[in-house]
Amino acid sequence: MSLAAAPALTDAPPRSYLYYRHKLPVRVMHWINVIAFTVLFMSGLQIFNAHPALNWGKSSYNGKPPLLEIGARMGANGEPQGVTRVLGAEFDTTGFLGVTHGANGQLQPSAFPSWMMIPGSQWLSMARSWHFFFAWIFVVNGILFVLYTIFSRHLTRDLAPSGGELRGIGASIREHLRFKHATGEAAREYNVLQKLAYLVVIFGLLPAVILMGFGMSPWFNAAITGWVDWVGGRQSARTIHFIVAWMLVAFVFIHVFQVIITGVWNNLRSMITGRYRITNEGHHEA
Amino acid sequence: MKLERRPPRRKFFTRTAAVTSAVLLGGCDSLSRSEWFPKVLNSVSGITESVAKAVAGRKSMAEEFAEADRSPTFRSNGSDDPGTPEYEGWVATGFKGYKLSIGGMVAQPRAFTMDELRAMPARTQITRHDCVEGWSAIAKWKGVPLASLLAAVQPKPEARYAVFYCADPMGANNTDFYYESIDLDDAVHPQTILAYDLNDAALPVANGAPLRLRVERQLGYKHAKYITSIEFVDSFARIAGGKGGYWEDQGYQWWAGI
Repeated sequence: MSLAAAPALTDAPPRSYLYYRHKLPVRVMHWINVIAFTVLFMSGLQIFNAHPALNWGKSSYNGKPPLLEIGARMGANGEPQGVTRVLGAEFDTTGFLGVTHGANGQLQPSAFPSWMMIPGSQWLSMARSWHFFFAWIFVVNGILFVLYTIFSRHLTRDLAPSGGELRGIGASIREHLRFKHATGEAAREYNVLQKLAYLVVIFGLLPAVILMGFGMSPWFNAAITGWVDWVGGRQSARTIHFIVAWMLVAFVFIHVFQVIITGVWNNLRSMITGRYRITNEGHHEA
Repeated sequence: MKLERRPPRRKFFTRTAAVTSAVLLGGCDSLSRSEWFPKVLNSVSGITESVAKAVAGRKSMAEEFAEADRSPTFRSNGSDDPGTPEYEGWVATGFKGYKLSIGGMVAQPRAFTMDELRAMPARTQITRHDCVEGWSAIAKWKGVPLASLLAAVQPKPEARYAVFYCADPMGANNTDFYYESIDLDDAVHPQTILAYDLNDAALPVANGAPLRLRVERQLGYKHAKYITSIEFVDSFARIAGGKGGYWEDQGYQWWAGI
C-alpha cells in the first residue's frame, strides 16, 4: 500500500506516534448516533411487538400469508411455545422469539425478549414516544453529518474510494477474510471495504430506513399520493424498515468486531479524544 | 483467572449483553414511568405535526385504491359490540330510534336520523386503514362528508375541534365511553366522512354501526366507531382525561399522522 498520505516523511517514520484522526464534530455525531440508533432499534422492536408479523403489499390483509410471523401457542406439554414462521417454514423459538424472558425472568408471550426492547414490557404508546423523539435526533444528526462530510471534504478525502482502491478490492476482501489489517502508516487511511461499508450505510441503509419509516405514516403517505406503492405498498415499507434496521445492526456487529481485532483501545481513544496511534514495526504490509 | 471455570465465550457475551442491557433498560423503564421524561419525549410531537403538515400539506389526499386491492375481510379491532341496553335497542330496530346529535359551538344545533343522513350526498372511497399496532387493511367506505354536516350546523368562529362521542363503553359497567377529536382542517377535508356502509353493505356492528369516522390521514384509533354525538369545542381539556381521546388519555399522541 502507498505511503503517499503520510505527512512529510523524508526519513524513516517514527516508530510510534499519535495522530489526530477524528475531528470533534465527527466524534460528537458518532456517539449521538450510537445512542439514537440504539434507542430507535430497541423501541422499534417494542413497536413491532404490537403486531409481530411482516407482510408484503399494500395492506396486511391482502390474501397473502405474512413473510414473517412470530407468535405463541400452547405446546403439547402444556407449556407456552414460541413459534416463528418464515416464508411458510415453522420453527420452535421458545426462549428467544414468541415466548421470551420478561423483565422478571419468567417466560411470557412476547415476540422479542424484554432485554432487547424499550420499554422492556408491552407498552406501545411509550415505545412510540421514545421512537419518535430519538428519530428526530437521529435524522437531524444524520443530516448535519452528511453536510459536514461534504463541506469539510471528509467525504471526498477519507470516505470516497479511488479508482485504484476499487480495482484492489479483491485483495482487500482476501485480507479481510484472513483477518489481516493494515498496520503502520497504511492504517492511517480507511481501507476500501471499510470505505464502501460506510458509504453504503450513510447513503444507502440510513436514508432507506428513514424513508421507509415515513412510508408507514398515513400523513406522509399523502404527501405524494401513492408514493409508498413504489416500494410495493405500505406493508412492504414496514417490512423493508424492519429488514434494513437489522442490516444496520449487522453492520454494527461487524464494525465493533473490526474495532476489537484492530486494537480496541486505540480505536476507542481515537473516537473519544481523536488521537490514533500509528505503530511502525519496521516492516509494512505489502 | 481460573480458565477451567470460564463459561463458554458465547455464553459470556450473551450474559454481558443481558446484564448491560438490564442496567440500561432498568434506567429506560424508570424514565418511562417517571412524570417528567415522557413529557420530554412527547415535546417533539408538535414539531412532527408541523413538519408533516408543511411537507404533505393540510389538504393533501390519502391514497384511494382499486376494488381489487380490498382486504378479503375488514378486521374489527377494539370494541366489537357496545352491548349497552340503549345500543341493543337501536340494533333491534335497525337504528330507527337512533339520532346523531351535533351541538356545542355551532349556530344551528341539530339531530339527524340515519334516513336523513343516507339521503344526503354521499362520498365513496376505497382507503387503507393504518392501525397504530402496525397492520393495515383496505376497504370501501360510503358516508356523508363531515363538511356537509358542518355546513348544516355552522360551527362558530371560536370552534377549533370536533369531538366525537361514542356508544362503546371502555370501562366496566358501561362507563368510560370511547371518544375522539379532530381539528377543523381534518373536519372539512373531503375524505373525512361519517361512514354508514362498509364494502357495499350496511356498516356491521363489529365495525362501528351505525356511523364511524373516517379520517384517512391518521391512524385507526382516530376513526371513532358507534358515534352518537358530535360537539364543537374550543378546547378538549375539560373532556374526560383532557387529552382529546380515549387512547390519547392512555398516552397515545393526539395527532396520529405517524
